[in-house]
Amino acid sequence: MNKAGEMGYTVIEKIIQKHTQQEVRPGHIVWMTLDVRSARDFGGPNVVKNFQREYGDQPVEDSKKTFFTFDLSVPACSLKYADNQQICREFARRKGIKVYDVDGGIGSHILIEKGHATSGSTVVGTDSHMNILGAVGSFGQGMGDVDITFAFKTGKTWFEVPETVKVVLKGEFKAPASAKDLTLFILSKLGTREAALKAVEFYGEPVKELSLAGRITLCSMVTEMAGIVGFVPETNDRFLKEIQDLSGVEYMPFAADTDARYAEEIEIDVSGLTPKAAAPFQPTNVKDVKDLSHVPIDSGFIGSCTNGRTEDLKAAADVLRGRKVKEGVNLKIVPATRRVYSEILKQGILDDLFESGAVISNPGCGGCAEGHIGLTGEGETQISTANRNFAGKQGKGNNYLASPQVVAASCVQGRIAGPEDL
Amino acid sequence: MSEFTFKGNLWVLKDEKGNLIEDIDTDQIYHNAYLHITEISEMGRYALGNLEGWRDFPSKAKPGDIIVAGRNFGAGSSRQQAVDCFAALKISLIMAPSFGAIYFRNAVNSGFPVLKCAELETLVEKEKIKTGDRVEIDIGTGKSRNTSTGETFKEEPLSSVQRQIYEAGGLFAFGKRMEER
Repeated sequence: MNKAGEMGYTVIEKIIQKHTQQEVRPGHIVWMTLDVRSARDFGGPNVVKNFQREYGDQPVEDSKKTFFTFDLSVPACSLKYADNQQICREFARRKGIKVYDVDGGIGSHILIEKGHATSGSTVVGTDSHMNILGAVGSFGQGMGDVDITFAFKTGKTWFEVPETVKVVLKGEFKAPASAKDLTLFILSKLGTREAALKAVEFYGEPVKELSLAGRITLCSMVTEMAGIVGFVPETNDRFLKEIQDLSGVEYMPFAADTDARYAEEIEIDVSGLTPKAAAPFQPTNVKDVKDLSHVPIDSGFIGSCTNGRTEDLKAAADVLRGRKVKEGVNLKIVPATRRVYSEILKQGILDDLFESGAVISNPGCGGCAEGHIGLTGEGETQISTANRNFAGKQGKGNNYLASPQVVAASCVQGRIAGPEDL
Repeated sequence: MSEFTFKGNLWVLKDEKGNLIEDIDTDQIYHNAYLHITEISEMGRYALGNLEGWRDFPSKAKPGDIIVAGRNFGAGSSRQQAVDCFAALKISLIMAPSFGAIYFRNAVNSGFPVLKCAELETLVEKEKIKTGDRVEIDIGTGKSRNTSTGETFKEEPLSSVQRQIYEAGGLFAFGKRMEER
């Protein structure tokens, strides 16, 4: 609570306050404690190497708060990744650290599912989309291997308290527009400048009503807005039930102080929102799907930390049920986690996806970093539910970013299309 | 000039139209195909390996050179390699109007100087600084000079934490220093 006469605090400021003794105001650099520190099969071996060089046989600060999550190349599809994963496993055994191995799926999602990342917590990992944890009110932050090594050893990190931008959404949107279209629309409005190096708080009916999956989609792409982390303080009953059932942990609602200070307040009207796609080679290069209907596609990808949850795969299955992926088009689908895989299996979603002609792989990151689902070749056009379409990121092809519904519909049509075009 | 002065030749990261390239992301700096590499000395050859027009940078760069980039340099992934690849080439520092948040921290933590300079866009546009110019950058005071043209300019000086970590020689050394206190 703020003392009488003082300005109130934003969500990020309140979370940091709970984790530091120092005064928390934007621009202050504070040392904060970390509730969870993690490393992946990318970055993880560098962390091990750093740790051994700097700290030798010393223990990690708290092995129960420390995790490895393998999600990039799962199971390892190169010898180097196999070696790197084994380096992490052996280190983990020696230090008593839990490994979510190649069967688990995307680390950030596992931290939510297993109740490690809870509202009000601080979590770091070698994943620049770790800020998706903002979806459950956790201050997640991606960091490089030096930071994470230091976090493993000390349980602390330094952080410059960011300013906060308040984004208020007005109007309402409905199908065929989805949370991904909302996210791309907001991204097109904010670009990489408005939220750069700032925390973002999203308010208004359109975000209040978002499910867990929708919140994850929105918060994941705060990274592409160049923001630090995004929060959606307002909740709905469906989301509360989802997060509690999933994590087994009671969800603690959070809010900014009513007199919190924001760097800026931005209002965005989402009325009449239509399906969107980000064209190569910037996520901010957002266009209406109807204006891209002339673009033929060779492949589709549904998955990633942005759109790999059961709800996302169900949305794709609802479009694909009774339809076939067009001859000559390859649709690749990667569930975010083992839990999601189990759900799509039991709910018949996997069957619909399979019957459409899609390739469905084991859980993980899939295509984003030359993972196990393959790449695009030169001249190939892919439409993907991932979060980045930078040149060369997923092979040499051209990547468009869209919702699961749009990717599914496009794969049926063989060109960029929305679900209403079928 | 303070003890933190670097002298070196500039590389100004421009596109084919002559504009300072903005939003250069970590896949353009150090592609994900090489993420499995953990040896810093092996990373230099991949620096800017996926940035159109700059793929031959590792063969042209000389130790001590200084890079000037557009805003939001190092957007994207958390990979430390995107900093380490420049350290491997012995680049002395990078200046940009702004950096990706994680990239900036990664550089600070490894003791690699990164400087924010709001004037850069104007300086580059007016050709007050260009590739090949010799500059003196004082990262302690933020005062700098283009010795090829005589032009002076300013950067944001290092923050206190950045300075402490830099003086210690990186986050690990800094952490050990804190423990000893």
